Amino acid sequence: MIIAEQKPFEEVKSLVGEAQKILVVGCGTCVTVCFAGGAREAAILAASLRMASKLDGDPKDVTDVTVQRQCEWEYLDTIAEQVNEADLILSLGCGIGVQAIAEHFPKAWVVPGLNTSFLGLPVEQGVWVERCAACGDCILGLTAGICPIARCSKSLLNGPCGGSQDGHCEVNEDIPCAWQLIYDRLKSLDKLELLSEIRPPKNWRTSRDGGPRKIVRPDLRLCEEE
Amino acid sequence: MSDVNTDYQIVAFCCQYCAYAAADLAGGLRLQYPPNVKIIQIPCTGKMDVLYALQAFEAGADAVMVAGCMPGDCHFLEGNLNAMRRVERVKDLLRQIGLEAERIKMFHISSSMASQFVSATEEMLRTVEKLGPNPLRMNGKASRKETHVRRVS
Amino acid sequence: MADQSASNGYLSGSNLERVLKSGNFAVTAELGPPQSADAKVIRKKAALLRGYCDAVNITDNQTAIVRMSSIGAGAILVSEGLEPVIQMTCRDRNRLAIQSDILGAYALGMRNILCLTGDHQTFGNHPQAKNVFDIDSVQLIQIVKNLRDEHVFQCGDPLKGLEPRFFIGAAESPFAHPIEFRPYRLRKKIKAGANFIQTQLVFDIPAFECFMEKVRALGLHQQAYILAGVGPLKSPAMARYMKESVPGILIPQELIERLEEAGRPWAGKSKDELTKEEKKARSEAWKRTGIEICIELIQKILKIEGVAGVHIMAIEWEEAVEPIVKGAGLYPRPVIEPLAA
Repeated sequence: MIIAEQKPFEEVKSLVGEAQKILVVGCGTCVTVCFAGGAREAAILAASLRMASKLDGDPKDVTDVTVQRQCEWEYLDTIAEQVNEADLILSLGCGIGVQAIAEHFPKAWVVPGLNTSFLGLPVEQGVWVERCAACGDCILGLTAGICPIARCSKSLLNGPCGGSQDGHCEVNEDIPCAWQLIYDRLKSLDKLELLSEIRPPKNWRTSRDGGPRKIVRPDLRLCEEE
Repeated sequence: MSDVNTDYQIVAFCCQYCAYAAADLAGGLRLQYPPNVKIIQIPCTGKMDVLYALQAFEAGADAVMVAGCMPGDCHFLEGNLNAMRRVERVKDLLRQIGLEAERIKMFHISSSMASQFVSATEEMLRTVEKLGPNPLRMNGKASRKETHVRRVS
Repeated sequence: MADQSASNGYLSGSNLERVLKSGNFAVTAELGPPQSADAKVIRKKAALLRGYCDAVNITDNQTAIVRMSSIGAGAILVSEGLEPVIQMTCRDRNRLAIQSDILGAYALGMRNILCLTGDHQTFGNHPQAKNVFDIDSVQLIQIVKNLRDEHVFQCGDPLKGLEPRFFIGAAESPFAHPIEFRPYRLRKKIKAGANFIQTQLVFDIPAFECFMEKVRALGLHQQAYILAGVGPLKSPAMARYMKESVPGILIPQELIERLEEAGRPWAGKSKDELTKEEKKARSEAWKRTGIEICIELIQKILKIEGVAGVHIMAIEWEEAVEPIVKGAGLYPRPVIEPLAA
């Protein structure tokens, strides 16, 4: 899922600026699971902004509301009235949610309360790690289910490089060497021969390098009225 | 006892099994503790949410005490350990907001420790006297401000 | 140098290739370009290396610190009459820039290329940069080979006109992890088209012998020329740093102790108590020992079956190359005339 973190409070305050009536919008999906922007976090941030602004001598009217997902128009419709009444929307959704609110309510001024970081999972409570680079051309079938694009710092397809030591990446001891992991797992599954094949250069067109992406499913589109 | 400023308000979240029992025992033993302390019983300090503390401060509390069992003795095993982490989080939030982190503190009091309960309340009162009233209070009185939380499914 | 098609049996006709093909041990050295636009620095270093090696590697933004480009410095070396081995990493360039630079480098007279992955940019002085890694070193080797032998660009378009005929090098780190996979990774690079290999620094002879045994078992020494990386240590502190912090470098404790022993006459005093002259003398003693050790290592390494030469990395100490090459009995360097076409 999408992993994000709250922006530092000082940065949020400066994004809010002079606005007087602020609506903090939480999101009930990914950012709830990573404890960055769910209902509780929205309530905490709203309370913090009310208290801080009062101490700064300029008390602001800050309310909060949380929708199931900010990234679907139908859920945003339910908060239309509150959005229209506010000077500024502080979205605690991921970057998609912030943009969805801005697009759905073009007259609203929307600012992000989070920094959206990566696609990943919680390996244990409180620890989230990156797993997928959304490259659009998944090769996990060749690498024993471990992604070298996301998990190798250099996105090598014929790794490891010479910087792999004791199972960790040269960049940082906290980063396991993806190619060591791939090697170990292929070895345990008796499929090391996959590593002698030379993988050709990746087609990056399907990833963000090819431009912003779009997927259309004609079978799912609603029929136009005749 | 020194003059107690009866205007100060200290909210004390006390766990049912230990700290609340200690407070009860203090009452039974006729041990005096400051009247400024408003006790709220919760089943376990693990029920403590960061939001409860923020709501207390926003409503004008000058200090918040969180009193739970001794580490290792929590009736629900780890509730008090979770509470300790949350109290640290509230301290960080208070600093961000512009309030003093000392206004919240966690205490570990077992059910028979009536006098320790009393000294904990006196310690919080001394802290408040040193720091002064919660600057969020209007006109020197605690203001009750609704926190606006609406959930939309 | 032959720059027609390889009807004379040479892939590139470079001096390095000719020395290796003639059966002589090859010696390559390394030149670090400056963090400036000053060509004089290149000429000065070239003068220190002239005659003591068959080709000179020029690093490519090594450790992700911006320096004069390898190809730019290479062109200066060519004008000085020395033969460069240009290094190219995958960190800073995509496949377009890479192929474009290969064409330009050949046109400017360069004939050897070392294909590398590249240190991650977090190590260097521009950690906020976006890295490229469009391709990796194995794919880079294939691209250089296909330009030379198949006359085709990576996209499949044919190359019409003069193709770049490079002698293709790759690096291998025999002691990086997973250690048992390294000979197989080397095999992959040779299969991709590598003609010569330069290894990471070798200080541990038994460990290197073990690696070479596996290399020979795979027949790799007959498919590519393997040059072992060697380098003079400047001080015990440098040795300890490399041992602990650089992946893939093994340094036996007795070498570190030998260096410390060389500094013993000054061991009684702390760093602050030593005079400038004493510090200089101690540094000279360490350096002398470092060069001695390097010479001994070269002599042992060249006895190992499958080793075709050495690659001397005297980091910011190009003056050391002359005594090392002479001390190891590798001077003068052979002069091999190209065969007639």
